[in-house]
Amino acid sequence: MSFTFRHLLGTEALTRDEITFLLNQSRAFQGIQKQPLKKLATLRGKSAVLAFFETSTRTRISFGTAAARLGADTMNLQAESSSTQKGESLMDTVRTLEAMKPDVIVIRHAASGAPHFVAERLGIPVINAGDGVHEHPTQGLLDALTISDRLGRMDGLDVTIVGDILHSRVARSDIHVLSKFGCRITLCGPAMWLPPEIVQIAPNVRLEPRLDPALRGAQVVMVLRVQTERLQEPALPADEYIRLYQMTPERLALARPDALLMHPGPMIRGLEIDPAVADSPQSCVLEQVTNGVAVRMALLYLLTGGAPSGAAAG
Amino acid sequence: MLLIHNGRVLDPSRNFDGPADVLIEGERIARVGPKIEAPGAERLDASGLVVAPGFIDLHCHLREPGNDPAETIESGTRAAARGGFTAVCCMPNTQPVNDNASVTRFILDRAAAVASVRVWPIGAASKGSAGEGLAEIAGMKDAGIVAVTDDGKPIATAKLLRQVMEYTRPLDLPVIEHSEDASLFAGGVMREGPTSVRLGLRGIPAATEAICVARDVQICALTGARLHVAHMSAKDSLDLVREAKRRGLPVTCEVTPHHFTLTDEDVVYDARYKMNPPLASRADREALLAGLADGSVDAIATDHAPHTQASKEVEFDRAPFGITGFETALGLALEALVHSGRLPLARLVELFTSGPARVLGKTRRIAEGEPADLTLFSTEHRWTFRAAESASKSRNTPFDGRSFRGGPMATIVAGRVVWRR
Amino acid sequence: MPAREKTQLLNAAQTGRTIERLGHEIVEKTGEKHGIALIGIRRRGVPLAQRLAQTIRAATGAEAPIGILDITLYRDDLSLVAAHPVVQSTDIPFSVDGRDLILVDDVLFTGRTIRAAMNGLFDLGRPRRILLCVLVDRGHRELPIEATYVGRRVDTRPEDMVEVHLREIDGEDGVLLERAP
Repeated sequence: MSFTFRHLLGTEALTRDEITFLLNQSRAFQGIQKQPLKKLATLRGKSAVLAFFETSTRTRISFGTAAARLGADTMNLQAESSSTQKGESLMDTVRTLEAMKPDVIVIRHAASGAPHFVAERLGIPVINAGDGVHEHPTQGLLDALTISDRLGRMDGLDVTIVGDILHSRVARSDIHVLSKFGCRITLCGPAMWLPPEIVQIAPNVRLEPRLDPALRGAQVVMVLRVQTERLQEPALPADEYIRLYQMTPERLALARPDALLMHPGPMIRGLEIDPAVADSPQSCVLEQVTNGVAVRMALLYLLTGGAPSGAAAG
Repeated sequence: MLLIHNGRVLDPSRNFDGPADVLIEGERIARVGPKIEAPGAERLDASGLVVAPGFIDLHCHLREPGNDPAETIESGTRAAARGGFTAVCCMPNTQPVNDNASVTRFILDRAAAVASVRVWPIGAASKGSAGEGLAEIAGMKDAGIVAVTDDGKPIATAKLLRQVMEYTRPLDLPVIEHSEDASLFAGGVMREGPTSVRLGLRGIPAATEAICVARDVQICALTGARLHVAHMSAKDSLDLVREAKRRGLPVTCEVTPHHFTLTDEDVVYDARYKMNPPLASRADREALLAGLADGSVDAIATDHAPHTQASKEVEFDRAPFGITGFETALGLALEALVHSGRLPLARLVELFTSGPARVLGKTRRIAEGEPADLTLFSTEHRWTFRAAESASKSRNTPFDGRSFRGGPMATIVAGRVVWRR
Repeated sequence: MPAREKTQLLNAAQTGRTIERLGHEIVEKTGEKHGIALIGIRRRGVPLAQRLAQTIRAATGAEAPIGILDITLYRDDLSLVAAHPVVQSTDIPFSVDGRDLILVDDVLFTGRTIRAAMNGLFDLGRPRRILLCVLVDRGHRELPIEATYVGRRVDTRPEDMVEVHLREIDGEDGVLLERAP
């Protein structure tokens, strides 16, 4: 098994075997991170452009760290992005990127499909670091790696994801990845943010707007953050959200006693998550961050290898 | 003199379908009958072809006036001729908006100078289509508009719609509505459904159109003026129109070829699949096909909406709505409606001729004395549409490279052959 | 393509004995030094290291710890290969700091693999000493690297191929030389 894809645009099109392969490769890089000397020369002389059109400190730093640990150079392209703001068009950005001649492009953009747009036009590998509300594939993979490491398996787990599902690309990527391992996924959140059609994007997905029944029996609980920057709609008052959906120790206790508590970050302590839960032994939040670097190292390593087959994943 | 001979004349308005010749003198039809002798006449052999009344497109955007590189009256009408259209109704959302007689006259003058086919302008309902005060509708009527609309948007409020309809009723102008609820539409880029959720694109629910159609029908009932629903895309909207017709209200509607061919499942991250109303669900498409067959739908209209490559080659969210449509309309209609067995050829011709004519209060016939506007087409000729070869200045169509069985073969306007394949 | 000639240099029994002999050589030269550890280079260096450890245990009763080293990420030729090769994990369950290590590999050729292996070890800590044990030395060094313990020296041309088979991986032991035409 090897990864023959040229890009990583999403997890929807990845097969179970391909995901397993990616997680195994990521494990090799987990090891590197535990060494005293974390820097390799493997990608020395290669460069990665981090084209972040949406503000994101954590993901950008994670990719930057991954590249640096492999010995690759990074070039940061930071641009404000907004569909209402006039500015450099995506086509012009594509041309700028092409002129920089990087070996790999990591792109985060507010428009779903922007990484596909870039990948279709440049002969350079593209990694999707989050596009609109479509996918955040490296998050899906690092979440799977975290679950797999903590529980020793991924098959057939009961997973509950809580939050604004409609606007969450993390939720979509997690759904695509975990459903391929036969997980039963329960999506929970305010009803207007639980689109009924989402149960059709993967098998074994169900909706449950009430938190208590959604948590019962869960072996993995993923808490999403409340996105204020992507809403074009009447917001839900914070107190309502806290009353109905905040993950507290009492609520987490409704899940299985050894249930994992995960959060893609950044957390707003006191809003979607009670600090006691965030810091509890069940919380995997720090491992998610470490695994994020490992997954991103694996992808940078795999996608910067010579002559590819030309296909795109996702 | 021009003699079109050996063709199959199909004129639904007179229930005529059979072999016949058509003799044209000047700009009018001189005679229709079997085996016409016309020594000295130019001859056009229509063997194997259907000779239909000239097609009318109720809905298109020619982008002139306004220095829009996407299209001009000249290029747009050339594309219309290649699609078999002999008359096109152009929408008023130009720069400036066609909301007064001088803009209307500019369009008509320009068309007289350079257009390949007849141009029948549609005037704005409100000044600037801004949804506040009435436009100079009577003035535009004198100048030559055939209908009013604020297309691109619905007429802003029920109250304004009422005013417009009451005002246009004695002028006998239909009011064309782009039916859409602004608050439900806001920010949407494709039909809300499993595909929009999967692709992470903001969705526009089906109700967006139907809510406004319901409003429009109510105002139509209140005022008795003629209402025409533009580019109808949803089953629920069609149900409302059907019910309105059943009640005897003067409501008509049109459907575009892309709405009866594609669905939201066809949408990918390519702005050639982005238009408004968006591609709808399979159930909607099925309902529209049934409506086209059973007479609930009055016309096929293209909503030809050209955009430059640069403006469309952006991320899906940012691209403008619209696709071109003149040259593929008949091919798509034959495929989805006739070759599939859904409706007879005569009904198809109705949808392109007498149907739209009736909406405008006109007639379209092949008969002595009528204007010599004819569309000759084949139901069998195999051809492939290539956007690069289109006469339009724009290439924004999802049908590039699509092969067709049957299509337009010659277009005659006012007795002149303006295009031939 | 003309068939390449394959000659068997060592049969199963000979291979087994050579490995055994290497194990004894290690015991002899390192004496009773505690702390010596074996690092098997993936892939075939690993079962070799395991067999050496067995011989050492049988001879001295001492357990030589074994580590597994994957050198993929340290290769100097990654940009020359078609797609980046699969990375296996490195698993060295002890600290290398201050240790005497014996790197174990099946074939010593240009020396680049050993260079990469040493880079890998130095990322993990600071070994006191690194020795090298190989089953076959086929010459044509491109770097100044020599093995401390050699099972068998073979004369080859650079375009020839030397194949080591080990029963743990290939079903039976043996060393084959494939001559280029």
